[in-house]
Amino acid sequence: MIGAVPARDATLAERLRAGRSPRRRAVDRAGRGLALAATLACVVPLAAVLFFVVAKGAGALNLDLLTKPAKALGTGGGALQSWLGTVQMVGLATLIAVPVGIAAGIYVSEFAGHRAARAIRFASDVMVGVPSILVGIFVYVLLVLPFRQFNAFAGSVALAVIIVPVIQRTTEEVLGLVPRELREGSLALGVPSWRTTLSVVLPTARAGVLTGVMLGVARAAGETAPLLFTALGSRLVNIGGFGEPMDSLTLFIYNGARSPIAALNDQAWGAALLLLLLVLGINVSVRLRSMGGVRA
Amino acid sequence: MTTLSRPTRLPARRGPRRGDRAFAAGTRWAGIAIVSLLVGIAIVLAVESWPAWRAFGTGLLTGTTWDPTRDIYGAVPFIVGTLATAFIAVVIAAPVGLLTAIYLAEFADRRLATPLTFTIELLAAIPSVVLGLWGIFVLAPLLRDTLDAFVIAALGWIPLFAGPSYGFGVSTAGVILAIMILPTIVSIGREVLRSVPAAQREAMYGLGATRWEVATRAVLPYARSGVVGAVILGLGRALGETLAVTMVIGNTDAIPTSVFSQGQSIASKIAVTFNESTGLQSESLVGLGLILLAMTLLLNAAARLLVARTARGPRR
Repeated sequence: MIGAVPARDATLAERLRAGRSPRRRAVDRAGRGLALAATLACVVPLAAVLFFVVAKGAGALNLDLLTKPAKALGTGGGALQSWLGTVQMVGLATLIAVPVGIAAGIYVSEFAGHRAARAIRFASDVMVGVPSILVGIFVYVLLVLPFRQFNAFAGSVALAVIIVPVIQRTTEEVLGLVPRELREGSLALGVPSWRTTLSVVLPTARAGVLTGVMLGVARAAGETAPLLFTALGSRLVNIGGFGEPMDSLTLFIYNGARSPIAALNDQAWGAALLLLLLVLGINVSVRLRSMGGVRA
Repeated sequence: MTTLSRPTRLPARRGPRRGDRAFAAGTRWAGIAIVSLLVGIAIVLAVESWPAWRAFGTGLLTGTTWDPTRDIYGAVPFIVGTLATAFIAVVIAAPVGLLTAIYLAEFADRRLATPLTFTIELLAAIPSVVLGLWGIFVLAPLLRDTLDAFVIAALGWIPLFAGPSYGFGVSTAGVILAIMILPTIVSIGREVLRSVPAAQREAMYGLGATRWEVATRAVLPYARSGVVGAVILGLGRALGETLAVTMVIGNTDAIPTSVFSQGQSIASKIAVTFNESTGLQSESLVGLGLILLAMTLLLNAAARLLVARTARGPRR
């Protein structure tokens, strides 16, 4: 213990010299038991959420939920408009965020000076911590207010703002793992550095960059708050109408959960199961691969 | 990785360097875009809430009433709601998370620690709205009938723990938040503890210390600032979490007087009111957003400094 008061260190050293008394052994066992108990306690909520979502959602996740749009009022419809909306908005958000995130990652890893790299890295880290509801307000002001119309494009942009930092940070990190010799070999052959980056460095780090993109996709698919003031949600099937409101699985769950109608509550559980399968599926497959295979 | 940028300056020919410069400039714009997004969010929130600040001054920050009928807006009920829920979350999640981090970094077998960490980090991937759904239909009734009832029976004479509990309220929101920030505290805490040099442990073992003594007397104090940073990062996440809190906090615009009171956090207030509000109320809501942004930015910056400091070792 480096920063400790000397007197305490002395007594500690004395106690240690006295050998492992039964009391110290008991404390050791109790402490380690407590730590194990805490670890198990961390797993309980995950298990509980999974259990209830599967138990309550399995019955509601049927063909009707997947293939029928919501009815204007009451029950009986499905969530077709919701998963279609999630696919479209997350898709567009990914299209916007991937080039920006990867380019920024390349800049920080390959070109930026020390200070610029630090500034961008800091901005990304902070952006990840900015409450997503504030991103919702931000995009509402820029893309909803001027048109006086809630629209799916604004929703996509809000999701893109949220995942750009995720992609930037992962790209930067995996590019940093690419061996320097690869770059030098390519440059020594007379390949310009932009081609070295795009044809040698980036392909080498492909798996890692893809991991970042997929984690971003999973994050976007699970976001609700940034869509509340942008895409708003809708009970109508909207395909390609990015100028109009659009639903998402998360908005469907939110509205269904708050509804007093039990059938809509059930549908929310069904949609939650669908969303969990998507989000956890992406997370598990991506993380397992990056754990097992080559990192870079 | 500044060292990696050096080779780009090596090629002497004219042609490729023009392409290089264009490419570097292009990627640079992407970097600038990220910085300007952050600045842009702050500016937009400040500009849009300006009329509210002009109308109330610091009263927006210190006012205790939120009354659309009289057009008077004060943030205190929601600041209290935010801090109270985040505080409960940290009180629950910090000890559990740190003990878990200690277990994973110090005691667990490698083959066990990796899948356990993986599982706990999956908890962070569960969408907020799904946790909220679970909170409404499972956690809130469960807490109301068990823990809340027990605490009210035992400590109900203290105003802070006075009943009744509806299941929906500050305490339930705090519990949900604790679940949400656990993975943050565990995974950063574990990383921080693992970065402590092995010599620190070996010296203590050499003195004949038990594993628990090594973990708590040699490793934990060395990693102190990083551990605090991990907890603060969790706190920052708790402050801004929206959906799950909105769904279980009870959505009442009053200053909570008991942990079982219904309340409203800044984020949940914005979530449920923003679309239905106009004029000064809408601008005041954006003002709430600006307050929230300031709170999370300060905490994040502090946490990152503390975590970075651990990598350099403890302060003497």
